[in-house]
Amino acid sequence: MKMVNQSAKALLALTGMVFTHTAIAADTVKVGVLHSLSGTMAISETSLRDVLLYTFDEINAKGGVMGKKIEPVVVDGASNWPLFAEKAKELLEKDKCSVVFGCWTSVSRKSVLPVFEKNNGLLFYPVQYEGEEESKNVFYTAEAVNQQATPAVDYMLDKKKEKFYLIGSDYVYPQTTNLVLLEYLLSKGVPLENIGGGFKKDGSGKIISAGKYTPFGHTDYQQIVAEIKQFTAGGKACVINTLNGDTNVPFFKEYAAAGLTAETCPVVSFSISEDEFRALPAKQLVGQLGCWTYFQTVKSDANKAFISGFQKWLKDTKVDGVKKEGRVTCSPMVLSYDGVYLWKQAVEKAGSFDVDKVRTALQSGLSFDGPGGKVTTQKNMHLTKNVFIGETKADGQFKILKEYKDVFGEPWLKGTFKAK
Amino acid sequence: MSAQSRREIWIAATVALVLLGVMPALNAWVPESSFFFISNFTINVWGKYLAYGILAISVDLLWGYTGLLSLGQALFFSLGGYMLGMHLMLMIGKLGQYKSDLPDFLVFLGHTYLPAFWRPFYSLTFAAVMVFLLPMTISAVFGLLAFRSRIKGVYFSILTQALTYGASLMFFRNDMLMGGNNGFTDFKFMLGSDLRSAATQRVLYIFTGIVLLGVYFGCRWLTRTKFGLVQRAIRDSETRVLFSGYSAVQYKLFVFVISAAIAAVGGALYVAQVGIINPSEMTPDKSLEAVVWVAVGGRGTLVGPIVGAVLVNALKSWATHAIPDLWLILLGSLFLVVVLFLPKGIISIPSVLLDFYKRRIKRPEPAEPTPVTTSSAL
Repeated sequence: MKMVNQSAKALLALTGMVFTHTAIAADTVKVGVLHSLSGTMAISETSLRDVLLYTFDEINAKGGVMGKKIEPVVVDGASNWPLFAEKAKELLEKDKCSVVFGCWTSVSRKSVLPVFEKNNGLLFYPVQYEGEEESKNVFYTAEAVNQQATPAVDYMLDKKKEKFYLIGSDYVYPQTTNLVLLEYLLSKGVPLENIGGGFKKDGSGKIISAGKYTPFGHTDYQQIVAEIKQFTAGGKACVINTLNGDTNVPFFKEYAAAGLTAETCPVVSFSISEDEFRALPAKQLVGQLGCWTYFQTVKSDANKAFISGFQKWLKDTKVDGVKKEGRVTCSPMVLSYDGVYLWKQAVEKAGSFDVDKVRTALQSGLSFDGPGGKVTTQKNMHLTKNVFIGETKADGQFKILKEYKDVFGEPWLKGTFKAK
Repeated sequence: MSAQSRREIWIAATVALVLLGVMPALNAWVPESSFFFISNFTINVWGKYLAYGILAISVDLLWGYTGLLSLGQALFFSLGGYMLGMHLMLMIGKLGQYKSDLPDFLVFLGHTYLPAFWRPFYSLTFAAVMVFLLPMTISAVFGLLAFRSRIKGVYFSILTQALTYGASLMFFRNDMLMGGNNGFTDFKFMLGSDLRSAATQRVLYIFTGIVLLGVYFGCRWLTRTKFGLVQRAIRDSETRVLFSGYSAVQYKLFVFVISAAIAAVGGALYVAQVGIINPSEMTPDKSLEAVVWVAVGGRGTLVGPIVGAVLVNALKSWATHAIPDLWLILLGSLFLVVVLFLPKGIISIPSVLLDFYKRRIKRPEPAEPTPVTTSSAL
């Protein structure tokens, strides 16, 4: 019955689109939302669509941006990267969106980047990434490597860990993060033999890849976990995990089965947030660490208001496809939320929706008190924010163990740390 | 030349004139404010649909005409794209993120010089040859092994699916030095002109249309020769063909290699216009998508696949923007309707209506027949 209902709605929408297209009020500003609502990334990205729509409603209720109501243009990138490029083009060239909030994976960002540069558009990108990029058409509210990976290593060094095992999925983000971490660890005086996972060298003997990599969807971690167990034999070891998505399940299962625990050898992960625990069982991860620039458990009035506002919006919303039960908040969601408010501030400061003027305002160091604490925009289109280390609890939440205040977002890290 | 085939050529010529003459002209010379203006965006997505049309024909040549359901066409499509992509990557020059002569992903992986197998791709001619050579070689070797072992039916589908899946896993690896998960993107120049400019995109669009037209007439000719007869005989009863003294292996191999080449040229044109190629384009579900286009449009005809590819993709483009939450349901119901009520695809609608009309209104003499665009009747 639901199917029938939805098809009927689709048909209605079909006919409705044809007739209502001309009836749009003039005092609105079009804002694009470019996330995957179907396909493999939908599970993560629909949450960002939801939080963006919530933010727009919140802003519109208070009068909009410079007196104009935000009119969201939501499109589905369908986890299909060429489609992302097409949709970006449509949002900029046909809808003339003043700004677009979107993308999750690096490959989707890379595929829309030429479109934004060609049309001089503005994209807000909210998900932890590898850096090595600084486009004038993208504002990276995302965590740079030094706002996640290096603070996590600092924390481990504080805890007197001496050996570090690097493991990740084989794509750009883990590869870059681990190369940066290798340099960082060497600069902190950790000897090369205490860095596990293996190295790949080019003809001249220069290390071009550090750590152990498995493909997407890999399920057999027996051998790798055995190797980790051997690596931890002398104690004082930890694992730096950049595995992606559901490959974490077999990894942590195997990890627990091998008798490795958070006490003997903690794992710190960068790709598992509260929202991922809606699909991953948290049981095997209890006690393991996570590092983000926001946790739902952050204690502040701004966070309290954000969580209750979002939950209330979820209850009341009539938007199709919004899941209402068991919802949580996580770092990419908060960085999307912060992004919208920062854009609003920048528009109001510039007194214009023009991308060049908004960019200048963004680069001038705007601050916003977000759910994760104060964030400040930087000249390099990144964001200064607080970094938290958290311990996983059985309910999929994190207990905050440590906070690093006002960490500057630095995209170009490779080659900046010199070995002692 | 029969009346039907003359009519078909007239229709093809009219559609070609609209798509290749009128549309680009409206894009180039009509002011943007005019009602008749066709945006650069539209030209660009239509270029993509036409490239998909080429892929769909390659699927149909195998499936509709020879009875071989290949789920590996996405591999040949992507390989064609990758070969041209390599050339386009090198043409970026120092305009990448790292301001280096090397493609960005190589710098990022720590390489200081260009791997040997990349070097010849500075030449567009070499890349263009490779667009054909690599997919044709792979399909020839794979086809020879498969057909000589008399692998057919669902086993052939499974094997081709495995082939493309295996290849996608290989291309996902960063040590392949083919861009890994991110693949190739951010292309800037081809033959010295800016790939992102409206004029270049228009030229590419027209060129894609011409290639599609060429492929269409080429396949039309091929399927009407004696070769085409044997091809269809293999589809309908391979054993009988064998007993008649024909070697089915050569015939099937030839069709397989030709359709790999067609898919590859479609892929190359696709990449130049879409501006991105990565391993997720060669996963089996992309091949399946193309099979769906063919089924929707009309299998066993040459117009059908093109209609299906354009229609499904245009609908997808429209629906992911207009009804982003419900578009899968819309597309799914279209597929169901076609499978249940139009087993010969969308292009059979006129003849289905005509049949219905004849059966319901039992007149001794039927009215003037509506024009039928199918080319299935020979």
